Amino acid sequence: MSISLSHISKSYKKVKAVQDISFNVNPGELFGLIGSDGAGKTTIFRILTTLLIPDEGTATVAGFDVVKDYKAIRKSVGYMPGRFSLYQDLTVEENLTFFATIFGTTIEENYDLIEDIYVQIEPFKNRRAGKLSGGMKQKLALCCALIHKPKVLFLDEPTTGVDPVSRKEFWEMLKRLQKKEITILVSTPYMDEAALCDRIALIQDGKILEIDTPEAIVNKFPKTIYNVGANNMYKLIQTLQGYEHLYSVFPFGEFVHYTDKRDSFENADLKSYLEKAGLTDIHIEPTLANIEDAFMELAR
Amino acid sequence: MKRFIGFIKKEFYHIFRDRRSLFILFGMPIAQILLFGFAITNEINNVDIAVLDHSKDATTEEIINKISASKYFTIKQMIAREADIETAFKKGKIKAVLNFEKDFSKNLIKEQKATIQIITDATDPNTANSITNYINSILQNYQQSKNKGIVMEYQIVPQTRMVYNPELKSVFMFVPGVMTIILMLVSAMMTSISITREKELGTMEILLVSPLKPFQVIIGKVVPYIFLSVINAAVIVLLSIFIFKMPVQGSLFLLGLESVLFIITSLALGILISTIAETQQAAMMISLMGLMLPVILLSGFIFPISSMPAPLQIISHIIPAKWFIIIIKAIMLKGVGLAFVWKETLILIGMTLFFIGLSIKKYKIRLE
Repeated sequence: MSISLSHISKSYKKVKAVQDISFNVNPGELFGLIGSDGAGKTTIFRILTTLLIPDEGTATVAGFDVVKDYKAIRKSVGYMPGRFSLYQDLTVEENLTFFATIFGTTIEENYDLIEDIYVQIEPFKNRRAGKLSGGMKQKLALCCALIHKPKVLFLDEPTTGVDPVSRKEFWEMLKRLQKKEITILVSTPYMDEAALCDRIALIQDGKILEIDTPEAIVNKFPKTIYNVGANNMYKLIQTLQGYEHLYSVFPFGEFVHYTDKRDSFENADLKSYLEKAGLTDIHIEPTLANIEDAFMELAR
Repeated sequence: MKRFIGFIKKEFYHIFRDRRSLFILFGMPIAQILLFGFAITNEINNVDIAVLDHSKDATTEEIINKISASKYFTIKQMIAREADIETAFKKGKIKAVLNFEKDFSKNLIKEQKATIQIITDATDPNTANSITNYINSILQNYQQSKNKGIVMEYQIVPQTRMVYNPELKSVFMFVPGVMTIILMLVSAMMTSISITREKELGTMEILLVSPLKPFQVIIGKVVPYIFLSVINAAVIVLLSIFIFKMPVQGSLFLLGLESVLFIITSLALGILISTIAETQQAAMMISLMGLMLPVILLSGFIFPISSMPAPLQIISHIIPAKWFIIIIKAIMLKGVGLAFVWKETLILIGMTLFFIGLSIKKYKIRLE
């Protein structure tokens, strides 16, 4: 096991940040923690990176205990905190050199590992880190976390605040890193990114809802989902919430995802109900469940 | 060791790229020493006074000439009537008025006694006091020169001698104090701010999750400031020697060593502050309130400790700056060696070890 948590709990004063969390991450796996803000993702990261001591339970990273062997862990992991945490007044190159030096290595030694990423920011290597765009900052932070060839990489919301193109590139990089036998634990609030992980854990309010591959989680979804569209989105949701057979409804892009209580759903019945409410351009069709639907269902 | 050098290099980047901290580091010492040296002073020089001479005879003229010949006073105005004294003061330029009585010479010869009234503007009591003293001593001087050859039955002539600072230059008093304040401020405030900045920006989190040991981080933070503080101390000493003609009687080497000791004491305090403060602002407030005020008020820099109430005197013992000021005053002005200041030096060393021990104990290897 590369990462293993068993019955981890942690509270801050009165708030229970995480409760009874257990999961394992296999070597070379890309494992995602999926949950909204405040779900406890950062607390899990901080416990695993030895920054916090759990109240209960035990955890190991690369075979080392997070409390007893914290020094060994600090030598062998890479950590990218949720907040941009590089030196803004140092240039790209100076930041990278600094992190290489404190880990007792050089940029040249592990250049092959960061090459794919670094070539993208190399044109700006003399620019101060504080003056980089959001996506560039994250790429630099990833380089800095990787420069000492860590066995396990912890990425806490690496794509928050990053544009869609850079997000996509970032995930492609993670996929490539995975091939170099680095175990990656990544957290994200974006459900679409969850599908890119090998396995994911859905977290809410400090508890794990489900752990499985993204496909399995979607397949377990018990109901048929309908894409419903109409001329007025706000009114559509309000009207649907008044429908007697409603099971769940929430907005999804230009449509709403609707599930019905009944086993045999009647398209025409819902349509006439909506028309009576004065909605036009009504459009109803079944669609496939995604991680977000599964999460909403589990979080109910 | 390579890690350590890398860390120190990074610290220098931080310092030299932040204009504000650069200004505090190098602008402030020079500004402060010049301010205290030139502007804030108890000496009087070229004070404007006015004279109301009711008698206008040879003696009064002689006295007036003597006073205006001294570099301390400039006679700005001759007043004709008593009523004009008030107006002269109210205009604000005149700090004192000399009022000679009528028939000054005659009275002096006939009755062996004549009166001069010295009226001073006491809105600034210190200056008023000094003016009175200076005029008195000029008058006494004049009297003695007149009485030469006449034998009096009893006469007590006090002969005062001011040692170590014969001209009573206040800059001699301020230099050790300002040097103390600056070393304290640069060392304690700047280190505590630079450590808390890492906490605030989240970089401390990454430093903790790295093979760097806590003491390496701390020493790495401290070394650049030792270096810069020593430069500062040297600048202050050079300024006071060359601009204020302050003699350094004792050994410069000993002065340097004691300064380094005090710098380390202040740095240890700075580290201690950074273990308590979570934000840069908190660190700055604690440094200013917790260090600057006691240094200014209780170290004996401005107010003599011996005239403080007993509880404050006791508190002053725990202020490192007090001991450092005693040491550097002794070295700079009295020219003594280590044999005379070993006690104070030991106290400073003890305090330093205490602060370092406490900060190592309080330093967090984790986030909480």
